[in-house]
Amino acid sequence: MTRPVTDALPASAMAGILRDAALYALVAFGLCVPLIAYRADPGPGSDLVLVPRWGLVAILCAAVFGLRLLQRLVLLRRDARRALAPSPAQATEAVGGEPDAGQAVSKLGLRAFVAVALTLPVLAVLATGDLASSRYWIDLGILILTYVMLGWGLNIVVGLAGLLDLGYVAFYAVGAYSYALLSTTFGLSFWVCLPLAGLFAGLWGMLLGFPVLRLRGDYLAIVTLAFGEIIRLVLINWTDVTGGAAGVSSIPRATFFGIPFSPDEDGFAAKFGLEYDSMHRVVFLYYLILVLALITNLVTLRLRRLPIGRAWEALREDEIACRSLGIDTTATKLTAFALGAAFGGIAGSFFAVRQGFISPESFTFLESAIILAIVVLGGMGSQFGVAIAAVAMVAGPEMLRNLGGLKAVFGEGFDPSEYRLLLFGLAMVAMMVWRPRGLISVRMPSVTLGKRRAISGAHVSEGHG
Amino acid sequence: MSVAGINVLVEETRAIQAGGRPPLLSVRGVSTYYGSVAALKGVDLDVGEGEIVTLIGANGAGKSTLMMTVFGAPQARSGTITYEGRDITRVPTHAIARLGIAQSPEGRRVFPRMTVHENLQMGAALHEGRFFAEDLAKVVTLFPRVGERLHQRAGTMSGGEQQMLAIARALMSRPKLLLLDEPSLGLAPLVVKGIFDAIRRLNREDGMTIFLVEQNAYHALKLAHRGYVLVNGRITLSGTGRELLDDPSVKAAYLEGGHAAPAAGGGHA
Repeated sequence: MTRPVTDALPASAMAGILRDAALYALVAFGLCVPLIAYRADPGPGSDLVLVPRWGLVAILCAAVFGLRLLQRLVLLRRDARRALAPSPAQATEAVGGEPDAGQAVSKLGLRAFVAVALTLPVLAVLATGDLASSRYWIDLGILILTYVMLGWGLNIVVGLAGLLDLGYVAFYAVGAYSYALLSTTFGLSFWVCLPLAGLFAGLWGMLLGFPVLRLRGDYLAIVTLAFGEIIRLVLINWTDVTGGAAGVSSIPRATFFGIPFSPDEDGFAAKFGLEYDSMHRVVFLYYLILVLALITNLVTLRLRRLPIGRAWEALREDEIACRSLGIDTTATKLTAFALGAAFGGIAGSFFAVRQGFISPESFTFLESAIILAIVVLGGMGSQFGVAIAAVAMVAGPEMLRNLGGLKAVFGEGFDPSEYRLLLFGLAMVAMMVWRPRGLISVRMPSVTLGKRRAISGAHVSEGHG
Repeated sequence: MSVAGINVLVEETRAIQAGGRPPLLSVRGVSTYYGSVAALKGVDLDVGEGEIVTLIGANGAGKSTLMMTVFGAPQARSGTITYEGRDITRVPTHAIARLGIAQSPEGRRVFPRMTVHENLQMGAALHEGRFFAEDLAKVVTLFPRVGERLHQRAGTMSGGEQQMLAIARALMSRPKLLLLDEPSLGLAPLVVKGIFDAIRRLNREDGMTIFLVEQNAYHALKLAHRGYVLVNGRITLSGTGRELLDDPSVKAAYLEGGHAAPAAGGGHA
């Protein structure tokens, strides 16, 4: 496994790894066909009935593919790290212009994540047999993607601009209540409210930002923490508008761009000639949050290549140096804060439309903490890391709920989901010990490679030193 | 007439010799405080266009404070700072940078996790990359080491390379006035020589005006056209580099200590 992968073009190395993983999946498939694809159940008489299980086969093959891919990438990264390790004689990094393997993992991982996310409903249906019974998995997917989006939004503020925000849930709440109140009071549709919610949350971000962004580090963290609590208390106590602790209920459901998901003949199913199924709405919501999350990701990746994104990162590194280079640090921070808040708000309005009911209970500090944990665990600034961390943080507790078998060990009264926070704590400690900079701790230089190589090559030769 | 008075006269004469133009940067009666502690107590100083002016002094004399005050962080409590005839005493730092003053700050302050190339891009942020390729070519000619390490993370470079990067980054904003805060700090003599040679080249070939704060008095005074000596927040002496090098009090205080260089022509044994 010690191929000189870093010398090869990353694209071709990636293609090789993909081929390799595909081969493994193919072998797994071959093995699965006789062993797993059909189960022989005792039929009504003495004969056997073959029950097809292609969904299971698909999942197993996908798992083999994924694991092999992961294994190869981890090895690749380890090799690359060794290759890149500075020699004692020259205490510097390798000067090559190619992304190191870690960056390739990050990039490929994000693509793999998107691919899995895109096909999840199909996979779920294949695995469980029909649409209705796959609801649990799709719902879980929605929940995870909501946190992925929140994580990516907060990543702009914490990961890129380096501003520690402990009250991010406030913007989530602003977005949720914007939609809830606008739709129940003025009857505005979800599609009008979605950008409005982002706008409102962004404005709140600015409003908060103006006075507090001169604070730094711990002080900023405490003020944002307080802001999160203030928003929640206002929501509880401003009963006339927000409904107080009772919250806002019967929030209008999402429509398919104006067509409701209803069983009557104006509904989505009738219009598209499908049989009515309540799952249509759930699947639609799933893809909606997927698209919203991907927009967040795209905007972030795009901005990172623009001067403003570079300025955020520089700001995180050294504020004083930034200012002395002519960068208006206040404006730069404000844009990061407002943009992060806007994405939080959009996620919030999605939350409201999905739940149909919101109350201040949904916007406690614990939510802020979870979102922040997702960003920090993911490795600040890494998009893929955040996605992985969101899966772990949200799906983890769900998995705990299914560990009923532990009851046999710890007695009937044992409820694994009660140990959630304990496990979070353990996970955090483990992270601090083994990966103190987050799951994906490398940062991709935001400049393209070909150009950079050209520049370096042209000038090294005329060296004077 | 006081020594300061004579100095002002000398400077005015120099200004007239320079074509009657007022100095590029002019600091008048500037006092800066940290809380209630005065770090600068009425400093007067001029930097004429095309000059290298150095400010020497011991640790804690207020050298860096003066440089940062010019840059508006912290702002002077009293006195005025004019640049190109414009009062910049109350202008925020980032706006000062846009007027054409660049700085290589104390401790270099490169962006450690960004690549050298990205650091330089940040330096060129003011111009939104309009002159980037051209200026990049210029700074890597001046500092070939920087050119060799364009893709490396700045934090992994040696101190000398980081110092060169800090200066190169400042140059990327195409400044008229370059402020350098202790570029020799903690560097090997050979590296210091390289950096000072680059500064001299910048001044000779591009006519860059340079204000240099240094503890390494011998090198700084040899390089500079004029120098000022700062003691406890006050300018105590000023003159040409040569004059200050030969001044007995400067010799005693700054040249015979750790930085003392081999006897420089004018006989001190």
